[in-house]
Amino acid sequence: MKSGTTTSACLALLRRDLLLLWRRRGDALNPMLFAVIVVALFPFALGPETAVLARIAAGTIFVAVLLAMLLSLDALFRSDLEDGSLEQLVLSPHPLSLLLGCKVFVHWLTTALPLILIAPLLAQLLSLPPNMLPVLLVALALATPLLSLIGAVCVALTVGMRRSGMLLTLLVLPLIVPALIFGAGACNAAQDGLAYSAPLLWLAAWLVLSLVLAPLAAAAALKISLT
Amino acid sequence: MPHSETESLPLLQAQSLCFARNDEAIFGPLDFELRPGDVVLIEGDNGSGKTTLLKVLSGLLEPSSGNVLLHGVPLTLAKLSHQVALLGHLPGLKLELSALENLRFATGMGGIRPGITPRLALASVGLEGYGDVPLRTLSAGQRKRVALARLLLVPAALWLLDEPYANLDREGIELVNRLLDNHAHRGGAALITSHGAYAFTSGMPRRIALRPAA
Repeated sequence: MKSGTTTSACLALLRRDLLLLWRRRGDALNPMLFAVIVVALFPFALGPETAVLARIAAGTIFVAVLLAMLLSLDALFRSDLEDGSLEQLVLSPHPLSLLLGCKVFVHWLTTALPLILIAPLLAQLLSLPPNMLPVLLVALALATPLLSLIGAVCVALTVGMRRSGMLLTLLVLPLIVPALIFGAGACNAAQDGLAYSAPLLWLAAWLVLSLVLAPLAAAAALKISLT
Repeated sequence: MPHSETESLPLLQAQSLCFARNDEAIFGPLDFELRPGDVVLIEGDNGSGKTTLLKVLSGLLEPSSGNVLLHGVPLTLAKLSHQVALLGHLPGLKLELSALENLRFATGMGGIRPGITPRLALASVGLEGYGDVPLRTLSAGQRKRVALARLLLVPAALWLLDEPYANLDREGIELVNRLLDNHAHRGGAALITSHGAYAFTSGMPRRIALRPAA
């Protein structure tokens, strides 16, 4: 009998989740639309003065991107729980942390990456100085996977409950505030002509730590939620 | 493990297995064993703990006391194997995907028996030609058949089937019985729950009755 390897299991999971997302691609666009709408409303509310907008641009884009990601976080394991796939995932002989890592990667790839790709457009809407764009993109590239990873742990903890959306938000928000402070802080420092590498390095260090620990924590939390 | 040793050990062994939820006993103590070729029916009323028993035996739930042994090795959630296939109330299928896509995912996760393909498995559960349509468009009974096709593909010696006859027509019930017979002849074992009385093709199987714990 040929039993599957862990690599083939991860690939099968990645392929299935991407295929599912492709079948529901209308829903997948929601976070992107949300971020664009939020950012586009700011100039209307604050007036078109470039100086004011440029001042708040990085922070606004950061908040919009993180909130947009939060929107899709609740659905990370929801459908898998409802149709029994999650049970099968837990019962599979492969390391659950690795499988959950794959799911988190798909979440980042399909919600955060599109948001990072439209970040230049968002920056343009808020007249962020063009030379600040690289800092913003690097900060987003470091902060968004953090949110996916930390969010996955919180979703795994709350997935067994009904109407967990509010609780999830309450759990996730304090945990991602540091990512917001460091990420937007790096952009603000760069805009003021100060050194901005320290907050970015902090984000990077935190990301490495989460990459190792979050899938393990999510797997443990999920097993608790299911029993 | 040497081959002869695995032959002599039962596939599945439950030793004074009890399960309690919030200090309320659900079932137990239960003692039974399954050897290759055994098909055992778990009987009990609604709420007597049939589904819970299957979850404990699959390793999804920890028993409150007693042991589950697979080939003589204690089963824990941390250390599962390819030996068990659970078909629960929820089939674990994605309605947006086609039957073949679902089955390919299952074999990617759990491996595949030699000499069978997802297409062949679909044909043997009577769903030839339905492989490429989204599962959403199939009936509940047809989805059940897709879930049964998964059992044929995945190399698990022990099947834990929760209400495998639900939603199936007479032909489907015969299909389940045929699959169980074949699985037993191949040296597999199966534990199935049912609250209805169904005629088995090859005589009545062994039964385990679950009664509410006193």
